[in-house]
Amino acid sequence: MVQIIIYISLGLMLTGIIFSTLRFVFGPTAADRTVALDTLTTISMAALVLLALVYKRYIYIDIALVYGVLGFIGVLVIARYLEGAL
Amino acid sequence: MNHILEIIGLVLLLIGGTFLFLGGLGILRMPDTYNRLQTGTKATTLGGMSVILGVGFLEPDWLIKTLVLVIFIALSNPISSHALARANYKRKNYPYLKGGKEYDKYREVYQKEEEEETA
Amino acid sequence: MIFYIILILLLLALMVAAAIYSIVQKDLLYAVIATGVISLVLSVLYLILQAPDVALTEAAIGVALTTIIFIITIRNTVRYEDDEKNRQKISKSNKK
Repeated sequence: MVQIIIYISLGLMLTGIIFSTLRFVFGPTAADRTVALDTLTTISMAALVLLALVYKRYIYIDIALVYGVLGFIGVLVIARYLEGAL
Repeated sequence: MNHILEIIGLVLLLIGGTFLFLGGLGILRMPDTYNRLQTGTKATTLGGMSVILGVGFLEPDWLIKTLVLVIFIALSNPISSHALARANYKRKNYPYLKGGKEYDKYREVYQKEEEEETA
Repeated sequence: MIFYIILILLLLALMVAAAIYSIVQKDLLYAVIATGVISLVLSVLYLILQAPDVALTEAAIGVALTTIIFIITIRNTVRYEDDEKNRQKISKSNKK
């Protein structure tokens, strides 16, 4: 039961990753592509925590933490560059 | 007691997966950059928070670290969304509004700020 | 088990697609964002292959540091690869 629900949830997340990558390829402006990167960061954070549950390793959650901190800073820097105020 | 926690965690996992999928679908289907920002950050914030809390309920030893992650998502995601929307507005990509320009409340504030900067 | 093999193959295809996109693209800002996507997917792949320390390093360096340094570089030089001004600058520096 737990295995099946984890598979369903991972499959839904993978579909979300594929959709936002498609938006990244087709997106007309730079802001669209940055939004796609931000969405990818959040979805991959959730996927990393779920994979930590699959492999039963406590330390895998740290990677999601580092990921959240630094991906957020990257998106912020790109937004400041687009604004012209870096 | 353990059984109840497991059921809550599984339901949270399903809800989170559905919302992450909906965020991906919305970012592909929406017509405008501002609408894409809406689905791309708000739906994924809810989805990520419920998946991470669900993992915390399934393994009760990990609950504190997952709570830290949830708080971090709740703090950091709206900031990046706000910065992106502001940058997009300053590049003169105004949102499409059905009623006309008088519904764009931010334009007045922004013009005042620009006048103050030039003066 | 077959589920994880499909997951790894899809993520690998995604990573290769993003890498090809970042090479072909003429707008350098889009290429930098594509590099961010590559290291994002690569870090998930390292975690699936059970190398958490490598995944940690990849997430720290690839997502944040490379993006920030490249953005500062783009701000100080040019954004488009086939810019006229850029070409003139290069030809002038070559003559000197």
